[in-house]
Amino acid sequence: MTGANGVGKSSLLRTLAGLVPLKEGGISLEGGEDDRTAFEHSHYFGHQDAVKPALTVLENLTFWQAFTAPISADVFPTEIHKPADALEFLGIGHTARLPAAYLSAGQKRRLSLARLLVSSRPIWLMDEPTSALDRHSEAQLLGLMNAHLDRGGMIVTATHTDLPLNSIRTLHLEAPQDVRIVGELA
Amino acid sequence: MTGWALSLFRREISLAVRVGGSAMVGVLFFLAVVTVIPFGVGPDLNLLARIGPAVLWIGALLATLLGLDRLFQADREDGALDLFLMSGRSLELLVLIKCLAHWMATGLPLVIAAPVLAIFLNLEPVAIGAVTLTLLVGTPALTLIGAVGASLTVSLRRGGLLLAVLVIPLAIPVLIFGVSSADAAIHDPVPFMTPFLILCALTLITAVIGPLASAAALRFSSD
Repeated sequence: MTGANGVGKSSLLRTLAGLVPLKEGGISLEGGEDDRTAFEHSHYFGHQDAVKPALTVLENLTFWQAFTAPISADVFPTEIHKPADALEFLGIGHTARLPAAYLSAGQKRRLSLARLLVSSRPIWLMDEPTSALDRHSEAQLLGLMNAHLDRGGMIVTATHTDLPLNSIRTLHLEAPQDVRIVGELA
Repeated sequence: MTGWALSLFRREISLAVRVGGSAMVGVLFFLAVVTVIPFGVGPDLNLLARIGPAVLWIGALLATLLGLDRLFQADREDGALDLFLMSGRSLELLVLIKCLAHWMATGLPLVIAAPVLAIFLNLEPVAIGAVTLTLLVGTPALTLIGAVGASLTVSLRRGGLLLAVLVIPLAIPVLIFGVSSADAAIHDPVPFMTPFLILCALTLITAVIGPLASAAALRFSSD
């Protein structure tokens, strides 16, 4: 999903995540668990990291693993990492016992990303996923995203840079023309 | 279902007792309010004994309000509230567990401190027991009512003041029956059980209405 700043990329993602009420229409998911809504099939990876500075890195991740209701393996078979393994995989294993307050912005981002690896959900909603990541972590993230796509998962992401993913369909958002005209008149 | 509930409870307790948590602040504030009253009303021991239960209850009410504004706001600011809403867990149950953990961390210390502070106010042993018992039963209701206010003001930057204005009128019934059952224990002719059972009922009612109302308010706050 591409488009200029303020055109509504994040709002669209938050709507898909069930966080913004729909004005009209509906969101439904084919082939998911029947008794769950579309957003309960989704991981949301937004600008905020949902990391508590007072808890240790491992405590943060273990909580989200226990708290997030996973989608059953019949619907979406995938590999689920243990929290400590996910941290190790993302290169922040050495910080596991530290309070999350000591992490840098990029490390917090990686901790937040680890959330997607420890519980299984087929849809990833990602808002500018590469922000605050260094080049190495960015490549690793793209590897994870491609692996998720290869397993049959779906990713909806807002981005300003070209992401080299295996199968891409681009949705370009633009502000409606008449809004601009009203703006000029005013 | 018990797994996620337990880990949420444990997380909330850890957050409350660690650096930046609100567990001890409430008790210290309670201590400050109760010790300041005798300086205000003068050293009349009979008067202090008479108003003692009311002072302890008002102190507990104010101390409970103090920590409540962060109940959901902290989770909203770091994005955790969004994930709560998408988690597929019952939001009502989540609110109830958060309230329970919040009460264990901030309300229970008030109940434990109350007998000690009651001595400052020249309360008799029977009165001390009665006030402590009513606080034990009544402070959960204050937390649960406060949770509704906390979720209504969750998106406001300085919501704490508005929270107090919203919550205090709703907490008045709890205050009335809490103080009157403590008074009833001291003055013999009035039965203790009648106001005390109403206080118990108020707590049970808020345990149902509080989480429902609070969860509804949180759903509306999310956009």
